[in-house]
Amino acid sequence: METAISETVWTQVGSIDDIPVLGSRVVRTPDGDIALFRTAADEVFALEDACPHKQGPLSQGIVHGRRVTCPLHNWVIELATGEAVAPDEGRTGHVPVRVEGRSVAIALGEAKLSRSGCRKACGHV
Amino acid sequence: MDMHLSSNNGPAVELNEAELLSAGPARERLVVVGNGMAGMKTVEELLAKAPGRFDITVFGAEPLPNYNRIMLSPVLAGEKTFDQIVLNSREWYDANGITLLTGEPVEGIDREGKTVVSQSGRVVPYDRLLIATGSMPFIIPVPGSTLPGVIGFRDLADVDAMLAAAAKGGRAVVIGGGLLGLEAANGLRVKGMDVTVIHLMPTLMERQLDPSAGMLLQRELERRGIEVLTGADTAEIVGEDWVSAVRLKDGRELPADIVVMAVGIRPNMALGKAAGLECGRGIRVDDQMRTSDPSIYAVGECVEHRGLTYGLVAPLFEMAKVLAHDLAGGEGAAYAGSVTSTKLKVTGVDVFSAGDFSGGEGTEDIVFRDAARGVYKRLVLKDGKLLGAVLYGDTKDGAWYFSLLKDGADVSAERDTMIFGQGFGSADAGDPNAAIAALPDSAEICGCNGVCKGAIVKAITEKGLTSLDEVKAHTKASASCGGCSGTVERLLAVTLGDGFTAAPKVKPMCKCTHHTHDEVRAAIVDRGLKTMADVFQAMEWTTPDGCASCRPALNYYLLCAWPGEYRDDYQSRFINERAHANIQKDGTYSVVPRMWGGLTNAAELRAIADVVDKFNIPTVKVTGGQRIDLFGVKKEDLPAVWADLNAAGMVSGHAYAKGLRTVKTCVGSEWCRFGTQDSTGLGVKLERMTWGTWTPHKVKLAVSGCPRNCAEATIKDLGVVCIDSGYELHVGGNGGLHVRACDLLVRVATEEEVLEYTGAFMQLYREEARYLERTAPWLERVGLDHIKAALVEDPERRRALNARFLFSQTFSQDDPWAERAAKGVDRHEFNLLAEVG
Repeated sequence: METAISETVWTQVGSIDDIPVLGSRVVRTPDGDIALFRTAADEVFALEDACPHKQGPLSQGIVHGRRVTCPLHNWVIELATGEAVAPDEGRTGHVPVRVEGRSVAIALGEAKLSRSGCRKACGHV
Repeated sequence: MDMHLSSNNGPAVELNEAELLSAGPARERLVVVGNGMAGMKTVEELLAKAPGRFDITVFGAEPLPNYNRIMLSPVLAGEKTFDQIVLNSREWYDANGITLLTGEPVEGIDREGKTVVSQSGRVVPYDRLLIATGSMPFIIPVPGSTLPGVIGFRDLADVDAMLAAAAKGGRAVVIGGGLLGLEAANGLRVKGMDVTVIHLMPTLMERQLDPSAGMLLQRELERRGIEVLTGADTAEIVGEDWVSAVRLKDGRELPADIVVMAVGIRPNMALGKAAGLECGRGIRVDDQMRTSDPSIYAVGECVEHRGLTYGLVAPLFEMAKVLAHDLAGGEGAAYAGSVTSTKLKVTGVDVFSAGDFSGGEGTEDIVFRDAARGVYKRLVLKDGKLLGAVLYGDTKDGAWYFSLLKDGADVSAERDTMIFGQGFGSADAGDPNAAIAALPDSAEICGCNGVCKGAIVKAITEKGLTSLDEVKAHTKASASCGGCSGTVERLLAVTLGDGFTAAPKVKPMCKCTHHTHDEVRAAIVDRGLKTMADVFQAMEWTTPDGCASCRPALNYYLLCAWPGEYRDDYQSRFINERAHANIQKDGTYSVVPRMWGGLTNAAELRAIADVVDKFNIPTVKVTGGQRIDLFGVKKEDLPAVWADLNAAGMVSGHAYAKGLRTVKTCVGSEWCRFGTQDSTGLGVKLERMTWGTWTPHKVKLAVSGCPRNCAEATIKDLGVVCIDSGYELHVGGNGGLHVRACDLLVRVATEEEVLEYTGAFMQLYREEARYLERTAPWLERVGLDHIKAALVEDPERRRALNARFLFSQTFSQDDPWAERAAKGVDRHEFNLLAEVG
């Protein structure tokens, strides 16, 4: 657990209307591409744009419910956690998202991408 | 009505002022700003707990007594009169010694002097002040939004304005497909106006309903004659001195005699803000409803509590109770926020939702659809507790679900049967068989064919039925949509005891349904299902929006069944068909321009070479389908690559499509010394006829100029082998994992016949094969005789199939590359949302 409380830095990336319903858009960052997904219920999630299996670009997958199916080999990934749905095993990094009004922001500083797991965002190690 | 009320106004005030003087300063003075539901609920509760403790003065901006604002919709629809929705008459205020000042908005608060001042200049001192100013309709700031004829839907004056407009007839446009907007739309429709609802989101009431229920609601409103436009963004309200139309951002213009703006509400916190109270989205209050000034409270829609604002009545009442307890001198009451539920007040439309139904990690959905009764229910569970509920068409158990949800009750025991409602199977909760056994004989099991339990049990016992198919045959139960087949099987189990063994199941399309591909396809055609949401409902899908397996299949089936009518669902296509290129293992794409019949020329090759240089394309390869594949193109570059290829006259080769890929040819009689016919020319004709079509899986054609078969035509989906006397048509072959050589379908004499057979074969395959089933396994499944019967032995059917194919082609032969390169279609697909850092 981290003890230092630092202010979360939110980076504006656009409007929720820029992401198609049941679709995805990509934000390019120095640490790699982040895929933002929008569900039918208008929730927005952000994952590292790489499937834990063979790094397929999840942003190119089909979104259904709160999951996305990878375009390369049909792994199904939970949008909220980046976790692969059983029987597959693995996890991709995820990034906290904030939606205020129509405006979408991500907290890159709080994201731990796949290699190191994600600590701060969700308590995963 | 105003006249009548204002004549009451004077005496009431005088009486109370006199009373105030005689009572002296002993009692604390409570001033309530806002004569609405939250403020008055607080006063009612306070009077019940501590009568006479306060000297109460109430300011109301509207010239009316306290009324039930949520019942304005029935007033608009003519189902209630205003008098019927008055909560507290002026006599009630008098009887309780409350000074009521109506038509008198409060303008300011002097916190130091502890007084409020009204618009008319009246200054009233307070010891405690309660702000309950509610909310205001949010008026979207588009040009024309302040024109006369644009109304909100908040108070009686708005209703009167709508009724006055409706009396003249004409057209109403309601902006906002939420709770309020739809109630306004229904009321105006009932009053005889032509009503169009425009809604920014893809489905109605998206905050209260999931997309499935939203779609059902839309259907019902459309059935009532209300036009609904979703995904519609208002650009401007048009008019000179009165509104005349609403213009959408896509350019459509909707004529309007009135415009009702019902896109949402904003907490009315101006008074609190001006007085320097701490405000966020509303006036901030703590769990005792105290603002940042300890003498000032706030309740209702004007407050922000723990970061949330509320716009429904139940939370307001919960706040009022806590505050009244506190004001009455009680301790320990705290408002902890509310779980809310919603019901739409449109007579005959039953909609209910509560809690969080967005789903998520660790949650499970229980979805029940009864297509015949128009019922959709969805419960969201997590850790054995009910998290959310959406009900459409049958809401009688809404209250039960809501109480389970609010109480956080453990529902593991009821899990299997709770979707059927309270009391279902209460004899032995949790055992579906016991629940079925407990049903009365009159209970309807099959909604489609109206078969009740008694009839099925009688048939099972008297006729000795032992299988689902026999029950289907004898009673028609579950013979239509099949939605009740599980229930019928349970009835068999209950009736026969150990004598019943369930039949092996036919493989369903995917985990979202128990129906097979063939059942779903038949239903789409037979029952006229024209959208994916219609299929989900009619075929009782168990997921809210399908999965990556069923959605592309349904999209194809609908596209095939309703050419020109069904709108392709972009998000239900695999990435290759969205990006119109082939995704590669590193996330780049490959691009294959069409080369008709495998022919190319210097200009095309030059353009390809230029594109390769310009975009640094790393690999260029000749394909087995006689074209050129450009590998390693970055997705962002695709439209520019296509623009250059288009400029040289090339179009998409659809190398990514479940559709016509290539027509491979040899050079034939034009050059070859063995050639018997113009195989290249025929190949070009076939490709011109079939390109752009969507099929269950990829389709490859070939034409060989002689039986030496250099174009490998007999391992294609359809291959033509030219012979001296004409053409042999071979079908159902493919290379790949399981190589299959074609079967000979027929020999014909002319090119025209080849084209007609090809169109007919393509259409039969399109209409009969399952999604992702190539012609080879399809042929093996249905048999060559079946295909011959349709195409060879029945010329009329062949011609009809070909005609249907050609008709569907009129909608599919637009080059998708040109649409994206030149016209900017789906621009978002190829651009980053943002680049940061």
